[in-house]
This record gives sequence, C-alpha cells and structure tokens, in this order.
Amino acid sequence: MSASAHARRDDGRPADYLSDTSVASWLLTTDHKRVGILYMLSVTLFFFVGGVIAGLMRLELMTPRGDVMSTPDAYNRMFTMHGVIMIFFFLVPAIPGVLGNFLLPLMIGARDLAFPKINLLSWYVYMIGGVMGVWILVYGGVDTGWTFYTPFSTMYSNTYVVTAAVAVFITGFSSILTGLNFIVTVHTMRAPGMTWFRLPLFVWSHYATALIMVLGTPVLAISVVLIGLERLFQFGIFDPKLGGDPILFQHLFWFYSHPAVYIMVLPGFAVISEIIPCFSRRPIFGYRFIAFASVAIAIFGFLVWGHHMFVSGQSMYAGAVFSILSFLVAIPSAIKVFNWTATLYKGSLRFDTPMLYAMGFMGLFTIGGLTGLMLASLAIDVHVHDTYFVVAHFHYIMVGGTTMAYLGGVHFWWPKITGRTYSELWGKLSALLVFVGFNLTFFPQFLLGYLGMPRRYFEYRPEFQVLNVMSTAGASILAVGFVLPLFYLLLSLRKAPDAGPNPWGATGLEWQVESPPTTHNFHEPVLVTCGPYMYSPEEAEREYASQHVHTA
Amino acid sequence: MQHHHQSSQLHQSAEAHEQSHHVIAVKTYLMIYLALMLLLALTVGAYFLDMGSHQINLAVAMTIAVVKAVLIVLFFMHVYYSAPLTWITAVGSLLWVGLLLAFLLADYFSRGWLDILGK
Repeated sequence: MSASAHARRDDGRPADYLSDTSVASWLLTTDHKRVGILYMLSVTLFFFVGGVIAGLMRLELMTPRGDVMSTPDAYNRMFTMHGVIMIFFFLVPAIPGVLGNFLLPLMIGARDLAFPKINLLSWYVYMIGGVMGVWILVYGGVDTGWTFYTPFSTMYSNTYVVTAAVAVFITGFSSILTGLNFIVTVHTMRAPGMTWFRLPLFVWSHYATALIMVLGTPVLAISVVLIGLERLFQFGIFDPKLGGDPILFQHLFWFYSHPAVYIMVLPGFAVISEIIPCFSRRPIFGYRFIAFASVAIAIFGFLVWGHHMFVSGQSMYAGAVFSILSFLVAIPSAIKVFNWTATLYKGSLRFDTPMLYAMGFMGLFTIGGLTGLMLASLAIDVHVHDTYFVVAHFHYIMVGGTTMAYLGGVHFWWPKITGRTYSELWGKLSALLVFVGFNLTFFPQFLLGYLGMPRRYFEYRPEFQVLNVMSTAGASILAVGFVLPLFYLLLSLRKAPDAGPNPWGATGLEWQVESPPTTHNFHEPVLVTCGPYMYSPEEAEREYASQHVHTA
Repeated sequence: MQHHHQSSQLHQSAEAHEQSHHVIAVKTYLMIYLALMLLLALTVGAYFLDMGSHQINLAVAMTIAVVKAVLIVLFFMHVYYSAPLTWITAVGSLLWVGLLLAFLLADYFSRGWLDILGK
C-alpha cells in the first residue's frame, strides 16, 4: 500500500518511471527499468561500432586482393575488435541487460530486482570495460582474435593484449553481478502465487542464463589473468618454451566461452517463448519441457567445450567424448524449436513485427543449430575447421538467433518500455530486410567454407569472389535493416504515449500495469492465481479477470 | 491480501536473517584458525619430505589444501550453519570446478594413446 502511495503524484496520476529527466536521476538510478534503458543505449552504441567494423571487413573481402585496408595486420585488428565488441559488449549483455533487467521484476510481480544497487553497479562495471574496449580500438586494436589464443597472445602479439584482457575481465564481473541478481530475485522476490511453474518462460530462460553467468564467467576471468601474468612476468603456463601448454588455454577459455554461447542464445529463447504464444493466441505447447530444456542447456552446455579443439592437439578420445556430448546438447534445443512449432499449429497467427522476427529466429536458429551438429562431427570438422563454414554457423546463431530475438523483443516490449507504438509498416519492412540481408550475407559463407576458404584472412583465391560479393551485398541490406529501427523507434518517442497497457492483448503481469510503468511497478500487492500463456479466449477472460482483484 | 503478502515476506527475511547472522563462538573461530595454522605447517613440512616422486608430493599438498579450503568455506564463510540452498550452491560450485578438472585431465591422460603424432 505504502509503495503505491509513494508512486502517486498530488494530482492522483501515478508518475511513470521516465518522468524524472535529470542526468543525475539517470546516472544514480537504482530502478531496474532505468538500468535497462541505460543498457539499451550502451549496447546499441556498441552494436553499431561493431557493425561499422563488420562493414569495413565485408568491403575488404569484396575483392580477392587486399585493397581497402592498408595492411593484413589492420584486417586482423578489425576482425578481433569486431568479435570482442560484438560478443562482450553487445551479445552477452544485450537481452539480459536490457529486456531482462526491465522485465524480470515486472514478470514475477516484484518491485525491483533483489539488489538494485548491484544492478546499477553492473552497468558501471560494464561501461568501464566498454570504454576500455573503445580506447583500445582507437589506439590501434588487438590482433589475436576474440579468442586470445596462446602462445600468440602471450608471446608474439605487439598489440594491446593486456589492456583487452583487463577490459574483458572487468566486463565479466558485470555479467556475474547481473547473473547473481537474477538468481536471487527469482528465488526470493516472486509474488504470492507466482510458483515456479507459473513463471513465464522468459524468467526460466533468464534463470538458466544467470546460472551460466555465475558458474562460467569466473573461469574466463582466470584465463585472461593467466594471459596477463604470462605476458608480463613470463609465468610458464601456456608457452611451451616455459614449460606450459597452449592447449590448456583453449580448455580454460572454452570452458567459459562455449557456455557463453548459451548466455547469448538462451535469452533469445526467452523472448521467443513470449512472442510465439502471443501472436498465435495459443498457450505455449509443452511449458515444462521448455522450462527444463533451458536448465538442461545451461548444464549440458558446460560439457561440450572440447569440440573447439578437435584439430588443435587435444586427445582423440577426449574429442570423441566431447563430440557425443555436443550431439546431446542439441536435444533440449530441438525440444524448444519443436514446442514453438507445435504452439503455432492451429493458432490464430498474426504477423506483426515481433512475430516476423520470431519466425525468422526459428528458421535461422534451426539452420545454425543443425550446422552445429555437422561441426560437432569429428570427421566433418577436420574439413571445415577454421573455414567460413564455422563463421556462417555461429553467425546464424548469434545474428540469426540472438540479434533477431533481441530486435523482436525490443519491438514486442517497446510499447511497454516507452508507452508508444511504432509504425508497423516500417517495422515489418525492417524485419524482412534483416531476414533477407542476413541470409544473403551468411548463406554464401557456408558454401565458401565448404569449398575451403579459411577464416581470418585478408586475401583469398579469385574463384571465391562471386560468393564474397554476394555476402558483401547482403551485408549492405542487413545494415539498412538494422539502421531503420533506430529511426522509426526514436521517431515514435516524439508523440504522446498512445500504446495503452496491453496493445498486443498479451498475458503476463507486465502487461497489466501502465505503459510506461510507474516507478514502483504495481500499485497494489500482486496475487497470482493462474499460470502464464492463458491464451485460449474463454479461459483468458475468466482467469485474467480474477487475477487482479486486490483485496488489500 | 496485503497482510498475507507482508507476513510472507517478513517470514522469509526473518529466516534469512537468522541464517546469515548465526552467531559462532569465538572459540570455534580460534580452533579453526589453529587447525589452519597446523595444516599450513604440515604443507611446509611435506615440501621437505622426499616421498619418492613428485606426484605423491603434489597429491599430499593438494589434499591438505582441499581440507583447508573446506574448513574455511564451512566455518569462516558460515556454510555449515546455512540453509540447504546455500549448501547446494556451494557443492554445485565445487562440482563445476571438478567438471573442469575432470575433462581437462581426461584430455591430458589420454593423449598419446594413439600412435599418431599430436593425437
């Protein structure tokens, strides 16, 4: 009760979370929704920095000869910075930092995350790492690849390896803080009646993501500290000359970095699991299977890292074990895709912008996942290892999966976050451009890789040019698709709030408060009386009419 | 409804409060401290003992280190007096380190089983 009293202005209209506009109110905020907005601004910035670098690389690769960049070394720095920025400063924080922070408390009927100050701290920690990343970029970059493989990174590279390692180390802590916050929030802050199996699948997926963040990220921190120690003080850990083992670094690095793939894609699953039932007007098919599949992915994701090292000197027996385990992790992923598909079956489908992104996600993630199985096979991997096949595969997961899901989520919750609707026509157009541009960019890379074009090279054999030109042409379409939302979403902010609390007719607690929500989220204590996704019409009417009867 | 809500929260935080502020006698702390110092002396002593091979020395040193870590986690970090969920978290984290080491060692031990260079 007292909470809602604070949230009201004198005229009785509740103050929304955006109404205080001073800079200090933003930089010192502990409101999970405002921290989400801070993350949104920063990940967008990093996304476009990483995107410009990608554009330069695609320009370089339009011709077989190196002609756009001055030296091969400049190209090495470009692909490294593209990877570092996109992975550590965009993909990992994007969905959890923006949508997770904004929505998790709303979805479970809470006032905020369990540790609001730690939440703000996580953004500052992330920004310190990010600013260091940009500093490195401006002052010449790093050329080790985002993987920092030893002994090149510790002995030979003349670039800012230690600075980059420190930046990654710092940013990792932001991820750990977010993960910790989510875990504690889900355990302790659920509203009365919000049992584990009434949690939206968005929350389940974020819970699984948070587990990986907390369990995996410290190992990344240790690996980059060891790189620093070896580079600065010649500790013999990875360098064979000093008695170390370079493959040890790959073990430590991928122990985090493979699960990190799931840190990036599980939040994508989270978004899709909300969009699909809403635009099919059907309860999600196999709720518990999807929920447990998220946790299964989080656990099994930790047992497959050796598939990155099939050809780098790892024992053949370890390779065989990691190969089998990699096949197993495809099962929970497939469970999700099949369940989303089954949700569509006989649904009343509506193809609004978020749904277009979600459908794109399903197709592209499936292609990315299936080519992952090809790569997990020992024999095929020998052929396509370190070729464009791998590049295409993980871009299908990272761009076709995570980035599509992020954009779908931003479009789905934009009316909730800002209170404004955007132009559907432009929304659909940009979703289609992203889908077409994406496929034109990355499908040729599967072919290039299979034909033997290695990744991370500045020049290539002339017979690969046609496919490379296609890829670069696709990248320009993709770029338009990514820039368009920036315009029409920002333009939507010029008008008065017009979205209403629930423009999509969606279920879920976040849709039952105002758009944009008030600072304190809910005016009365929440009592949850039914599960999520009550989309069958009669049931929705009955259940959701009673859910918000407040007897307080 | 509000009453129900608040009491459930209070109950929860009261429980958490009791768990995080369990008072441990100074005597217990001192005893654990002494045990740690003894184990430290043991580590140093074991270094000077010739146990036949490097591996045995390493195993002894690591065993002592693990015992020390367990004492610290259980008593200095209060896990011994904490809720089951804290136990699960602590044991889970330990399992994860075990996972890393197990698969890592599986690779190192099975290298060279095939008579192929680099496999």
